[in-house]
Amino acid sequence: MNLATEGPVRPVRRLDSLLRARELGIGLAVVVVFGATTLNNPAFASGTSIAQLLTGASLIALIGVGETLVIITRNVDLSVGSVVGLSAYVVGREFVNHPGMPVLVGFLLGTAVGAVVGALNGLVTTIARVPSLVVTLAALYIVRGADALIVNGKRIDPVNIPAAYTVIGYKTVLGIPWLAVVVAVVVGVTGYALRSFRSARELYAIGSNPDAAALAGIPTGRRVFTAFLISGSLAGLAGALFLAEFATVDSTGGSGYELLVISAVVVGGVAIFGGSGTVLGAALGAVLLNTINQALVASKVSSFWNQAVAGALLLIAIAFDRWLSLRIARRLRSPERANSDT
Amino acid sequence: MEEQATTEPWLVLENATKSFGPVRALSDGSVTLFPGESHALLGENGAGKSTVVKILAGVHRPDGGALRINGEPVSFSGPAASRAAGISIIYQEPTLFPDLTVAENVFMGRQPLAGGRRIDRREMNRAALDLFGRLGVTMDPDRPAKGLSVADQQIVEIAKALSLNAQVLVMDEPTAALTSVEVDRLFEVMRTLRRQGAAVLFVSHRLEEVFASCQRVTIMRDGSFVRTAPIGQVTVESIILAMVGRNLDTLYPKTPSDPGEVVLSVENLGREGVFDHISFEVRSGEVVALAGLVGAGRSEVARAIFGIDPHTSGVVRMRGKVLTTGSPTAAMAAGIALVPEDRRQQGLVMDLAIDHNIALTSLERLSRFGLVRRSRERSLAVTWANRLRMKFGRMHDPVSTLSGGNQQKAVLGKWLARKPSLLIIDEPTRGIDVGTKAEVHRILDELVSAGLAVLMISSELPEVLGMADRILVIREGRLQAELSRAEADEAAIMRAATPGAEAAA
Repeated sequence: MNLATEGPVRPVRRLDSLLRARELGIGLAVVVVFGATTLNNPAFASGTSIAQLLTGASLIALIGVGETLVIITRNVDLSVGSVVGLSAYVVGREFVNHPGMPVLVGFLLGTAVGAVVGALNGLVTTIARVPSLVVTLAALYIVRGADALIVNGKRIDPVNIPAAYTVIGYKTVLGIPWLAVVVAVVVGVTGYALRSFRSARELYAIGSNPDAAALAGIPTGRRVFTAFLISGSLAGLAGALFLAEFATVDSTGGSGYELLVISAVVVGGVAIFGGSGTVLGAALGAVLLNTINQALVASKVSSFWNQAVAGALLLIAIAFDRWLSLRIARRLRSPERANSDT
Repeated sequence: MEEQATTEPWLVLENATKSFGPVRALSDGSVTLFPGESHALLGENGAGKSTVVKILAGVHRPDGGALRINGEPVSFSGPAASRAAGISIIYQEPTLFPDLTVAENVFMGRQPLAGGRRIDRREMNRAALDLFGRLGVTMDPDRPAKGLSVADQQIVEIAKALSLNAQVLVMDEPTAALTSVEVDRLFEVMRTLRRQGAAVLFVSHRLEEVFASCQRVTIMRDGSFVRTAPIGQVTVESIILAMVGRNLDTLYPKTPSDPGEVVLSVENLGREGVFDHISFEVRSGEVVALAGLVGAGRSEVARAIFGIDPHTSGVVRMRGKVLTTGSPTAAMAAGIALVPEDRRQQGLVMDLAIDHNIALTSLERLSRFGLVRRSRERSLAVTWANRLRMKFGRMHDPVSTLSGGNQQKAVLGKWLARKPSLLIIDEPTRGIDVGTKAEVHRILDELVSAGLAVLMISSELPEVLGMADRILVIREGRLQAELSRAEADEAAIMRAATPGAEAAA
């Protein structure tokens, strides 16, 4: 009548590596898509093409880091696309109004714009206890509306953006775009923090079982607020980088990004109902989606298929998730059953 | 028993009150805990025990009264404050994080740290193994909590409480889901903690466990403190009398029954992996009770009879006619009504008006050309509300505004309005105050005298003994015993219900 089992140590170890293989699996998928397309069209593997693949995925991956934090807590942030647009335009306008503004101030300003929206999302969600889906959907429209008012039909032109600012969008180091390097650093630091710090583990606890988290004395409101704050800030930073990458922005900048980001995060293995997932997975999800997009373009497939493939991929990812969790649940339970029968 | 505490009390809760909206859950919560002593908190469902536990846990803030620890008045701002004051709680339902590892569950918020405030996973897993060693179990600290059996989840909770080095350990019915071996282990942990000077508050319905492990008892009734006494000065009878506050005869009115023809007959009923070889009959004018431990498969049998879950073997007959498997519609047409265990989730549409809820099962009868006639709906609801003596504000108020007892009456009314010939009722009086409880029992008794057949599932043994003509005991999905009203007593039922009990007895 043993309570706990003696057997599970080894299967669970294997299981653990299976879980880690989730990231490996997405990485493999990227390689397969890349390889297949290159066989078809060797130009796909050229340096500039690879740099383009990474740059194209960078902003989505960066916003995906913040979105991952929010989704882990069983919430969602739909306002990120609008924040990108607002932040990009505000930073651009300041460069127009103050031509000598230091480049760093531009990035800080963009981040601050996002932080304000993130803080508001977090406050309404945690204090008024309104579902974040509704709060951030409202924020999506409000921020986009405010953006349209400020933009007022104008656009920021490349001539007004200092060259020192746009450099991050096209310069490379060892063939890797600086933009991708910056995002990789954010992913790395956040990923490490999520594994290693108490407050970060509490985000997983909140998403895994909100009631138990409250009973465990976790300040759930403060943690969820922080997740929204970071998500907003990173979306704001992404807006500033958007301006650096394209050097131009109008009132539609970043629209639709929220769905790209959530797709990337879910494809990357972050459970949509919270409690599990990694930022590395989310970033790889962004790379995979972008690689498939580019591959379809390089293979001269109609752009209609782009979206269809992205949707199919999302379904496959969710089905795979379900299959995996059922498999794991069975795996974790089976030794117990064998034991309790004795 | 051996060590009588003569020291100063460690924790004193005095005259605590707590209301939720118009419902007064606690009018006088008082309990005094001494170091090195196990203290049992007893009372019926709805007596206010859980509210006391949640006040100690910092989940609820009392509206009035005083809480003192070591003589100092304290007020908890939340669960974290309670924990910081040295109180550790084991809830009836495990409160684990399924996605996190077992070790993280034990140490959430208190993970061992290495340099730079980083979590030291190796140390955390080692410390968890250490705790499991002290509890005498082996469990991989690195596995996710997902998929653990309820007993193993409870072990994780106990390890968590142990790791807190709590001064006060509160256990809210921790043994409900445990087997006797696991209960023994839990008591061993309790003894160890007491020897280290901790105070234990033990909430349980199982009086034999209380006599085996506690030095002092506090009894509550209807939200109020009744008495505290050393265990040596009370008996099972005196405890029950204090808990119930009235004679059992009035709580369980029972007219001698005169069973008629067979209404329901169940033959070799089975559902793979859940229960099998269940055979019994229910006659008109009798109450048959399904007794057994939580999780033994009682509710599952009822669900299969009603067709919510399909059965994989055997047959169900209503007045000789075989019922289609897995079809509640067929069961209802044959005259079966089911009052489910969880009225909030399964019995009622909480946001819908009282009259709509009551009429919900009779819409077919109330409508013409597919349109429900509002006046008939209303009059049906009023008829049943009056017959069941429901207390309510207005008929069109949401059913969620009713008290638990009146909600239960609404569920009863909804099914009785169909004039069933068999009523299956799962936990008829869970979470209902004693007054309404007696009323529900009286209603059931009247219906049975009028010829209704009742299949009742209940975890409360006094209710089973008080109401049933025959008692079927289910253990681990098998029909273990059938007891007549004359031969049934608590001991006989528990012996049949508890795995491994015959050997011990």
